[in-house]
Parts: sequence; C-alpha cells; structure tokens
Amino acid sequence: MSTPTRMRAITKDGVTDIRLLMTHPMDSGLRKDASGQLVPQRYITDVKATLNGRTVLAAKWSVAVSQDPFLWFRVRGAKAGDKLSVEWHDSTGDSRSDDLVLA
Amino acid sequence: MKPCSRRQALTTGSLLSALAAIGLLLPTGARAADGAFAAKTVDDALKLLDAQPAASSDITLSAPDIAENGAVVQVGVQSRLPKTQEIHILVEKNANPLTASYTLPEGTDGFVQMRVKMGQTSPLWVLVKADGRWYSASKETKVTLGGCGG
Repeated sequence: MSTPTRMRAITKDGVTDIRLLMTHPMDSGLRKDASGQLVPQRYITDVKATLNGRTVLAAKWSVAVSQDPFLWFRVRGAKAGDKLSVEWHDSTGDSRSDDLVLA
Repeated sequence: MKPCSRRQALTTGSLLSALAAIGLLLPTGARAADGAFAAKTVDDALKLLDAQPAASSDITLSAPDIAENGAVVQVGVQSRLPKTQEIHILVEKNANPLTASYTLPEGTDGFVQMRVKMGQTSPLWVLVKADGRWYSASKETKVTLGGCGG
C-alpha cells in the first residue's frame, strides 16, 4: 500500500508555497535488485493538485523524476480553511489522493 | 558508475512509446505532451510539443553546476513571463529528454522546483509557454555519478 504524500503549505503576503513529498520508487526499469533481476519499470505519470476542487497544477512525469518525488509550487489567493488535494497515478495503475486543510 | 547503454536506452524508449501510444488512446491523457515523452532528442520533443522557443532572460533555471549524484538533481524554474501557462523540463542526454510537463492555470505562479535523474553530464532545458508563445532557457550540469540505474 502506498504511503501518504507529505504536504506543507505556508501562506505569506497572499502567496502560498506548497511543498509535496510523494513516496514512490520511480523505478526506471534499468535498475537491478540484489539477486540481479531487473526491477520492472514503475513511475508516477500524472499528478494533479486542486484547491477547493479547482485545479492549481497538473503535471505529467517521465521515469526520470527522482525516487520519492519532491514538488514545490506557488499559488495565489489561497485562504485558511481551503482544502488542498493532491492525487497521483502511476504507470502500473496505482494511485493515491491526499488532502490538507490550509492553516 | 555505469552509463545507460544503447540497448537499455532503446528498450526504455520503445516501452515509453508503447505507453505513450496507450496514453493517447485514453480520453484522460490526450495531450500533446504525452507523445513528446517518447521523443529521443530535444528537437523531436520540441516538434511533438509544437514549440519553436525563443531564448528568454525572463526565465531562471536553477540547477547545480556539479551534481555528485545523478539520481537526485534539484531543478528549479522561475518564469517572470506574464501568463505563464506551461513549464516543461528536459534533460538533453537522457534516453528520453522530456522529464516533466506542468500545466499552470491562472493563479499559479510560473514557478516549480523538483528533483530529476540524470544519466550523465548534460544540458538541462526548460521550455515555457506564456501567452501562447514558447520560450526557453538552458544550463549545463556536470554529473559525477549517473542516476539511470545499474
């Protein structure tokens, strides 16, 4: 089962810095495990962040995004109490969605 | 330290094209960027994105001059271009250069920071679509230890 995305949102002067840390192996399909077997390719392809249901960022990724992806972006006009949701989908069909209520 | 071999690069490439082809058939991911992820060169990726970028000094691409570990290279993009709609990050010498595509609606700043994998020393490119036009910036990052597997 997947681990929750760590989310942090700090608002200052009307600009909210949103930092996300997803937990995902982002396997390139080139790496070998301890027994010498290739680890199958598995990576996050889509990320979507919404604020009160309105999309604030949509991302498409390749295998070349580092393991446990970190993403930092900025939105304007967010208020305390707004709900930030972050959803990802990976190449194996796995997905996860997490919420954070802005402080 | 093992660079990605040609064979590995080709395998990944064909896998990615297959995935991209599937992606294009699905209603959810029907975007130009999907095909561009399978491109093997920056030029091909630009063609698939239908972008003819002009170099811009209003884009700041921050990345280390030397990355000791190619598996984790911090890349930051700040676009001061008004109406920045899209930001794309490409690693020129990776098997598939296009690494990340961001769509930023109004209200979201032209700013993203993330971590990417680099197989070897390579120029990094950032493409920005602002008000319907394409702009670019680049920077070379030296990689001491490749992050492509192996």
